[in-house]
Amino acid sequence: MFAYLVRRILYAIPILIGVNLLTFVLFFVVNTPDDMARLQLGVKHVTPEAIARWKVEHGYDKPLLLNRAAEGGAQFTDTIFFRHSAAMFAFEFGKGDDGRDIGNEIRTRMGPSLAIALPVFLIGLAVNISFALLMVFFRSSYLDLGGVVGCVVLMSISGLFYIIAGQYFIAKLWNLLPISGFGDGLDAWKFVVLPVLVGVVSGIGSGARWYRTIFLEEIGKDYVRTARAKGLGEGRVLFRHVLKNGLIPILTGAVVVLPLLFMGSLITESFFGIPGLGSYTIDAIQAQDFAVVRAMVFLGAVLYIVGLILTDLSYAWADPRVRLQ
Amino acid sequence: MMDIQPVILWTDALVFALLASVLALVAFIRRHEHLRAPWGEVARRPMAMGAALVLAVFVVIGLMDSLHYRERLPDSPPDRPQYSVDVLSAFDALVGTLRTQQEKTYSAPLAMQLYAKEFVERDGRTVREYPRLKYGGAHLANEAARGPDIARRVLLGIVQGLAVALLLFGLAAAWQARRSQRVYGEWLADFGAGRLGWPGRTVAAVLTLIAIAIAVLVHLAAGYHVLGTDKVGQDVLYISLKSIRTGLVIGTLTTLVTLPLAIVLGIAAGYFRGWVDDVIQYVYTVLNSIPGVLLIAAAVLIVQVYIESNPALFDTAAARADIRLLALCLIMGVTSWTGLARLLRGESLKLRTLDYVQAARAFGVSHARILARHIFPNVFHLVLIAIVLDFSGLVLAEAVLSYVGVGVDPSMYSWGNMINGARLELAREPVVWWQLAAAFAFMFALVLSANLFADSVRDAFDPRMGGRR
Amino acid sequence: MLFVCLSLLAGCSDTWNNPYPADDQRANVVYSAFSERPKHLDPARSYSSNEAEFTGQIYEPPLQYHFLKRPYELIPLTAIAVPKPRYLDAAGRPLPDDAPTAAIARSVYEIRIRPGIRYQPHPAFARDAAGRYRYHALRVEDTADKRQIGDFEHTGTRELVAADYVYQIKRLASPRVASPIFGLMSEHIVGLKELGEAMEKASKAHPDRPLDPNTFGFAGAEVVDRYTYRIRVKGKYPQFIYWLAMPFFAPIPWEAEVFYAQPGMADRNLTLDWQPVGTGPFYLAENDPNRRMVLKKNPYFHGETYPADGDAADRAAGLLADAGKPLPLIDGAVFSLEKETIPYWNKFLQGYYDSSGISSDSFDQAVQFSAGGDPQLTASMRDKNIHLVTTVQTSIWYVGFNMLDPIIGGLAPEKQKLRQAISIALDYEEFISIFLNGRGIPAQGPIPPGIFGYVDGEKGINPYVYRMRDGKPVRRSIEDAKRLLAEAGYPNGRNARTGEPLVLYFDTMASGPDAKSRLDWIKKQLDRISVQLVVRGTDYNRFQDKIRKGNAQLFEWGWNADYPDPENFFFLLYGPNKKVGRGGENAANYDNPEFDRLFERMKDMENGPARQAVIDQMLDIVRRDAPWIFAYYPKSFGLRHDWVKNVKPNLMANNTLKYRRVDPAQRAQARLAWNRPVLWPIGLGAVGLLAIIAPAFIAWRRHERKAA
Repeated sequence: MFAYLVRRILYAIPILIGVNLLTFVLFFVVNTPDDMARLQLGVKHVTPEAIARWKVEHGYDKPLLLNRAAEGGAQFTDTIFFRHSAAMFAFEFGKGDDGRDIGNEIRTRMGPSLAIALPVFLIGLAVNISFALLMVFFRSSYLDLGGVVGCVVLMSISGLFYIIAGQYFIAKLWNLLPISGFGDGLDAWKFVVLPVLVGVVSGIGSGARWYRTIFLEEIGKDYVRTARAKGLGEGRVLFRHVLKNGLIPILTGAVVVLPLLFMGSLITESFFGIPGLGSYTIDAIQAQDFAVVRAMVFLGAVLYIVGLILTDLSYAWADPRVRLQ
Repeated sequence: MMDIQPVILWTDALVFALLASVLALVAFIRRHEHLRAPWGEVARRPMAMGAALVLAVFVVIGLMDSLHYRERLPDSPPDRPQYSVDVLSAFDALVGTLRTQQEKTYSAPLAMQLYAKEFVERDGRTVREYPRLKYGGAHLANEAARGPDIARRVLLGIVQGLAVALLLFGLAAAWQARRSQRVYGEWLADFGAGRLGWPGRTVAAVLTLIAIAIAVLVHLAAGYHVLGTDKVGQDVLYISLKSIRTGLVIGTLTTLVTLPLAIVLGIAAGYFRGWVDDVIQYVYTVLNSIPGVLLIAAAVLIVQVYIESNPALFDTAAARADIRLLALCLIMGVTSWTGLARLLRGESLKLRTLDYVQAARAFGVSHARILARHIFPNVFHLVLIAIVLDFSGLVLAEAVLSYVGVGVDPSMYSWGNMINGARLELAREPVVWWQLAAAFAFMFALVLSANLFADSVRDAFDPRMGGRR
Repeated sequence: MLFVCLSLLAGCSDTWNNPYPADDQRANVVYSAFSERPKHLDPARSYSSNEAEFTGQIYEPPLQYHFLKRPYELIPLTAIAVPKPRYLDAAGRPLPDDAPTAAIARSVYEIRIRPGIRYQPHPAFARDAAGRYRYHALRVEDTADKRQIGDFEHTGTRELVAADYVYQIKRLASPRVASPIFGLMSEHIVGLKELGEAMEKASKAHPDRPLDPNTFGFAGAEVVDRYTYRIRVKGKYPQFIYWLAMPFFAPIPWEAEVFYAQPGMADRNLTLDWQPVGTGPFYLAENDPNRRMVLKKNPYFHGETYPADGDAADRAAGLLADAGKPLPLIDGAVFSLEKETIPYWNKFLQGYYDSSGISSDSFDQAVQFSAGGDPQLTASMRDKNIHLVTTVQTSIWYVGFNMLDPIIGGLAPEKQKLRQAISIALDYEEFISIFLNGRGIPAQGPIPPGIFGYVDGEKGINPYVYRMRDGKPVRRSIEDAKRLLAEAGYPNGRNARTGEPLVLYFDTMASGPDAKSRLDWIKKQLDRISVQLVVRGTDYNRFQDKIRKGNAQLFEWGWNADYPDPENFFFLLYGPNKKVGRGGENAANYDNPEFDRLFERMKDMENGPARQAVIDQMLDIVRRDAPWIFAYYPKSFGLRHDWVKNVKPNLMANNTLKYRRVDPAQRAQARLAWNRPVLWPIGLGAVGLLAIIAPAFIAWRRHERKAA
């Protein structure tokens, strides 16, 4: 177990280096340090000298990947890539082009992101499982058919429509909740309700349908038939056996997204004005703030790898036959 | 002498290449009984057939919209013809006036006046009123005539649609009866009772509905803007129809990029194992760990740079928009091949341990032969299921990406761009709802039928797999 | 879950959708929004209007614009009087005020500030009992638990002195500050360039050490006594006085720089760029650019009073009701981040924002035009007692022709005609009505209304594009444009010699939902004169790159006045300011020697008939050469609720928040009345949910009973 973890973490390092190199190359092809400087310095009265100064101040005056002027190892270390990536592995993200500390920003924005993503995830899970169980209970009846068709219909609607409709009706026409924004501490709850509601509803279609098939698969297994043969009622079979065993694939499948909840949802956050990591990413893309984008990519990659490890662990935990090698 | 100059955009070429390969595949499947069987299963499902017919309508429009050309300028010298920079398509030629009849600004569906009041000179006085549209309802004398005229057109459309459908049905029935060498009436009785072996009633009903819808639309569009007009007075029906191609291209070409990558790498990783597996796993873990939106944003920006540094290659706005669309497909393909590759890897891992594969290895059969003969055919159904399942997701993704600003070119017709523009219209009072509604309806129709069709395909090919997503 | 939340909501306040804490209901503060995170709040760096919204309230340069008077007039803010420059010749001898420009080698501005002005409370000034600075020698451990300025227990203040102003001028040259106006100012202020070079050298030599401007010598500014300082400007530069009203020339206390330079501060965004320290009427109490910025009244503010010298119209508008009262009239302001326009607009209608600009799409709801063409509020807005404030901005939008382009550039008569033809074809009246809903005036030249040199009426029209008809300027007809096009060598849009069609390229930063319709519209316009247009939309960087390299043909751009002087617009067309090769602001690369000569004369002149005559000549040259299509001067339409008083648009001043007054009681009432929750959908939802679940439940019960 311990050896397994060490190995996985060691394995993560080349992946993170790869991720870093890829994003670095991709974004620097597009955005030369000159472009970044110009974007930051604004439109009026920008002189070439000002750009040169900006680059020096922000450490973008070095060569990108290989410094031919330097000696020995410094050829690789005295470059923009090395200086900006090496720090990343110590989770030192440096400063965005707007001069704000990225690490600090990530810490303060994680809360709002979680405040939306976690309830959406948990409530969504509960709602989807309930709907799936309902459909399975009435399998092959009109309710089941209606449910499946309903799911496909819900799935076929673009997520944007759910947000637009939610804001328009609940916040604008009916004055029930604030249309957007966020609050301090517990005051935040009334801003959270609407995005969570929208998030849960837009996820029902695919979620419930997927869980339904998992339960159906479970219900066809021998032990269920045995239980039923023993004279257990349908409801008890469903809750005692099917739900319990069906939950294992559902939960182990859900574990991989768990760490990524920190990253928040790009679209929901920017529509509802939630100051989370999702809207941070969108802003950075739109402002072409390379330093932030790179930090977010790195963070995303780390969380993804954590998710993979957690998945493996949860499999081992759920099924003792699986051994971690 | 030609009056037009054909233009083959990159995506056009790929779309038709895709069409050709699909046709070849169909021909191949028809000749092999074991491949045909699951498709026969699909064809027996009413839901699948209905959805397939709706999809077919979309595909036909999309294909017509992929035949591009440039018109010759009216007075260009005959010896050296010169062409307009506007790139049109066969679909534009078909709908003709729908494209050119532009109003000044917003008008509601089937309206004969603009949506907002304006100052109009009348009898030397300036009055503020709803100005009449230039084209929509221009044939009407007054507002009172509008209702009856619309009703007349709808009725005419229904009647004509029914007539066409009936005629087609009669012909098809006669042909079918002859083919199965039965009496006409007997075939009809079977049809009525649903004993044909394929869902004849559903097909007939859906086709009739489509015929009626087309007929009604044609009649209405001749005199009105059926779905209203947008901010610059462009017909929303036209925009929605033009967006079909964008949606289809994204849904299909992306998979075209995905497939070779996923199949080759996925199977190679599973079959060869060892360092090949390590390298491939490394590549896809790296790609998977980068949030997709960010990769796509980078790719779209790179294409911008490329376009700007090679302006000579992209001399028309259409060519510029097209290369961006292609890039979007490419990069979405690159970000989405990993899921399928993983699935194929797992399947190949299992297959390579099977007895007959082991035996083939022992007899010294080459790797290439084993892969082609034993492995690939056995994972093919997974590939197929992935294609149909991914399609609708990709169409939906386009809308979201356009919102983020890294989707298709802003000058391109797409549902994503429509929704993006329509968001602000909702803040108007009275609300301008038709652009949003049109984008919603068209997108919903396409994605729903794709989803329903995909479900049937999946059930037919792999009843056990259930909802993989 | 929804039920629980909603019942909770019902319990805590009467308006369910109130985005602010319930106990702020009656606070005497202004509620406003910002749509973009400010990037810099350091007055030496900040150069955008959304940042000025904050810096303007916090920092005080020596001068300000009068709140009410038009045309704009400079009055002292911290200074005792508006300084008059003294002119010196090359040998340093004083010259009379009317000396010829060529003779003037130096202008000296001597500014006396009022004594007794104090900075806002800030920990940088806090001293202990022994008089030592409390927070000037902090170690990393000391700052470990400090996340914001408020976490420092003690604060202090200090009197404003002339040295603080000089300190800031030196900061403009610092490479670590990277002021956007350093390049421009080093051409005008004596010795600034040399100072910049020296500081850059020092910064490179010791990158880890703080860079203290006070250790560098500087000939451009000097402290005369505690309350007086002098700035030396090269030659004659009458526009310099306007710069003294911008935050670039506001004072910075050296204590703040020392304070923020300590270890651990920058990692928590505790920098001068984010946590301003000023003398203004407000200070930044809460700084969370991701959510909201809160300004609070500065307790040490030096007491300014509301102006009493407005004209009759101001009196009628009730703008003089508070004359003589001490400023500021409010206790603070809450700015919330609102990136999307729809929530912004809806919250305004719900009464949660006090004022709002109108986006083009909310327009029909808010404003309609009267028979005379004046904008009026719609009935639904008037019912809410909302007021409309309109003003023409001192900005211009234009379509530039790249004058270096072989097809459309150059000063030859046929090229002029080609550009004039295109200018006529782009019907900006229609553009304004479709895309701006009338919020703009078609431009007749580079100078917008409100700036000296703008001429109204018949004399002010651009005769190459417009004609007078019935006393109104009317755009020339398409036939005129076609005729000009033929004379330019392109009859029917074809090159008369080769027969090739004329294809032009239009570059724009296309983004946003409107982009497609706008680009389609432009194409449609040129179709009318058979000119084929290829629109190339691209992102900001690519666009800038093209303009800089001169690869563009036609491009869209705008300019917003820095100060109310025609020089600030004409310099955009001054040859030596060319973009290509010189990196100036003349993006069209227009270079007409005659125009340049007139510009050099005009810029140093006093406003008056003589200057107007020169300007008229320049306007005629520019209109004939048509390096720009003068598109439009944007008009801003703002709405405010009835409880907001003392609003008069002032396009130059950015410190108007101190004049604002609100009526919190009236606001609280209106919010209550406008935000009654509609409850039936909840009931309906509950019934619907029940309708789905009930049959299932019943069936299940029946099933169970059967099984049992």
